Amino acid sequence: MSELPKARIATASLAGCFGCHMAILDIDERLIELMKLVDVDRSPLTDKKRFTQRCDIGIIEGGCCNEENVHVLHDFRRHCDVLIALGQCAIMGGLPAMRNAIMHSDAPLRECLDEAYITGRYIRNTTHNVPNDPALPLLLDEVYPCSQVVEIDYQIPGCAPEGDIIFDTLSKLLTGRFRGFEREMIRFD
Amino acid sequence: MENGRSSSGGIDASVCEMAPVPAAEIAEICKTYGNDKHRMLDILRDVQDQYRCVAPSTMERIAEATGLTRIEVEGVASFYSFLSLTPKGRTSIRLCDDIVDRYTGLDAVTSAFEEVLDIRVGETSPDGAFSLEYTPCIGMCDQTPAAMINDVVMTKLTSETARRLAEALKSGQSPEHLVSDRFEALTPHERVTRMVDNNIRHAGDVLLGPVPEEAGLNHAAGITPTQIITAIEESGLRGCGGAGFTTGRKWRFAASERAEKHFVICNADEGEPGTFKDRVLLTERPHLVFEGMTIAARAVGASNGILYLRGEYVYLRELLEQVLEERRRRGLLGKNILGIKGFNFDVRLQLGAGAYICGEEGALISSCEGLPGEPKTRPPFPVNRGYLGYPTVVNNVETFCHAARILDRGAKWFHDMGTEGSHGTKLFSVCGDCLNPGIYELPYGHTVWEVLERVGGEDAAAVQVGGPSGTMIARDSFHRKLTFDDLATGGAIIIFNGDRNILEIVEYYMSFFVHESCGYCTPCRVGNVFLQKAIQKFRKGLANPEDIEYLKDLSGTIIETSRCGLGMTSPNPVLTTLQNFPLVYSAVTKPNKDGIRDTFDIQSAIDGARKIAKRRSYIFDRDFTQ
Repeated sequence: MSELPKARIATASLAGCFGCHMAILDIDERLIELMKLVDVDRSPLTDKKRFTQRCDIGIIEGGCCNEENVHVLHDFRRHCDVLIALGQCAIMGGLPAMRNAIMHSDAPLRECLDEAYITGRYIRNTTHNVPNDPALPLLLDEVYPCSQVVEIDYQIPGCAPEGDIIFDTLSKLLTGRFRGFEREMIRFD
Repeated sequence: MENGRSSSGGIDASVCEMAPVPAAEIAEICKTYGNDKHRMLDILRDVQDQYRCVAPSTMERIAEATGLTRIEVEGVASFYSFLSLTPKGRTSIRLCDDIVDRYTGLDAVTSAFEEVLDIRVGETSPDGAFSLEYTPCIGMCDQTPAAMINDVVMTKLTSETARRLAEALKSGQSPEHLVSDRFEALTPHERVTRMVDNNIRHAGDVLLGPVPEEAGLNHAAGITPTQIITAIEESGLRGCGGAGFTTGRKWRFAASERAEKHFVICNADEGEPGTFKDRVLLTERPHLVFEGMTIAARAVGASNGILYLRGEYVYLRELLEQVLEERRRRGLLGKNILGIKGFNFDVRLQLGAGAYICGEEGALISSCEGLPGEPKTRPPFPVNRGYLGYPTVVNNVETFCHAARILDRGAKWFHDMGTEGSHGTKLFSVCGDCLNPGIYELPYGHTVWEVLERVGGEDAAAVQVGGPSGTMIARDSFHRKLTFDDLATGGAIIIFNGDRNILEIVEYYMSFFVHESCGYCTPCRVGNVFLQKAIQKFRKGLANPEDIEYLKDLSGTIIETSRCGLGMTSPNPVLTTLQNFPLVYSAVTKPNKDGIRDTFDIQSAIDGARKIAKRRSYIFDRDFTQ
């Protein structure tokens, strides 16, 4: 195996809880096996903030709730041959997309921010302001699944996906043997 | 809005939140219908007519009287688009928003009304005098643009006539008065024909030619019910509403069902955009319709009948009531018809309230039962357990007319017309871009091209056969025949010339189905919205080649998983244009090069946050000079 050129992968967590990245670590000791096949480029796991070169695979956790998410996702699409949406938030919007349910309002975003920072029953915010530091990215009008912003090649389901399915999918993709998921891996009962 | 209501509330009784309707009056309306929950639609229609809305407090009164819960009453009231929970104007103006109306100047008519009445579409004037709204096809596609003003129909509007109408209404004239200044003196038939032209362009041998009075019924009275059914079977008559089920078999099934009662229902809920043949039959051959129903009643042993008239045809109510009354007087309805002991049959009119889905057999029965117009689970089929659980024959207006004529002239006469599998004649309602829109009675088997020559529509680029749920064909298919086996149609033939935008038409039809889906099953309720959005993507030029696959996939799912015929046919505008106008789609698709979705518009997505934060985006608004 060592004579094969290593593949490059990159990962990012957008509007998610980082649980999917934790799930990547659930691969456990097989990580060592995986690392024989890949180099990790831009990723929170390496703490590289920028792409150093073009990557074979990009793995995205989380959907898009703000402009920075969109920016990162565009960047990943431009730099990766294959883009994988990992977990429910990336695939469907997930828990953050609950704010999309505020739909019968003239100003849903305003209503959401007010409830989160000012009027919510369990809020203790002595400033009575919605945070507005210039460094904070602007929120989107709603939370978008990744596939609405860029083309996504593969989706690995789960919340969070199990280490097994992540390992299995990645190792098969890297060796060109991926033919879809085994049924047992994507059943939830 | 709030100001408008409180200022007018004190004086204006039509604003029902402010002036609750006296309980006694509601009780009186319910009593008219025997406090029968199955007459809920009639009760609610009367309340709506009288008080311009069905207010929550009113619903409680109605629930008490009919032994239902308020939520059940609200379920019905909120289902139908002609019933409203908030007050409508004393004069309610509904502009027909069909694609044919749009292509013949609806916009100008709309702005004329908006300007004179000083309200926008969808609004009610603050003094409660007028409300203005759009409604889907009201069955006047041969005389567009058309509108309903309360129960009066106005056709062939222009911006000038619309302006004059609006001004006259504003000055206090009644809509009836606008039809004729001696409206009261006119007979019901005169009133109807003053409002609406029949546009009969070609009369065939069966329905629109000379029809001897009651000949069919007289013949049917002399033979046994089984002989009647056999005659209908031998004639090869198939349902004219669109689905084309063999009428004789339907009757035989119902007749063989043992039950305490049987029912005969005439489906005059002609809602398929572009169809208006039943309107003409009900105007010109009302006796023949009831004659056919009476024959069906004798065949299956029914003593009760219902004619379900779509809410948009309320202007025909008076005429039909008069015809029914006359038939009762002449012993053609009621007890011992034609002096035959035990041949009892009577018909009541059931008015709809603006729901396309009620043209579906099961939904129509639900509606007659006073329920929201939702289709029923099949089986059991209506012929086994239909209206109130009794065996029920539901046939289209035209089918009943044919049946009466078959009994008069014999099965062979009818069978010899048309083609194998599609016997007899058919009324075609032709509209759109042609010289002579109107009704044509032709034997089955004509090609589309022959029809186009006849109607003066030779420069057609596309023809929608059978309305939105039918098939859209291009010039290369004009040789196809109008039969059940080739191009089936309930009667609608809508012609579009080369200036029309196919995708605009498709999007309009999808918006129609989105509006008219009853919402019971998810594939239809949600799937049609997705289809419409996908078509919008094509129209904006943002579609990729894979979106064509998406359209096909999604359409397939909707067709396969929907509960009734609406969902099973609603993707047809998309599918048939994909098949027959592939270039239209491929011309507006382009492959996506960088994998970034053009449909996601970051500027509009961050616009709300930009306003709340009162700052620009560091990432997407780099140019601060803007």
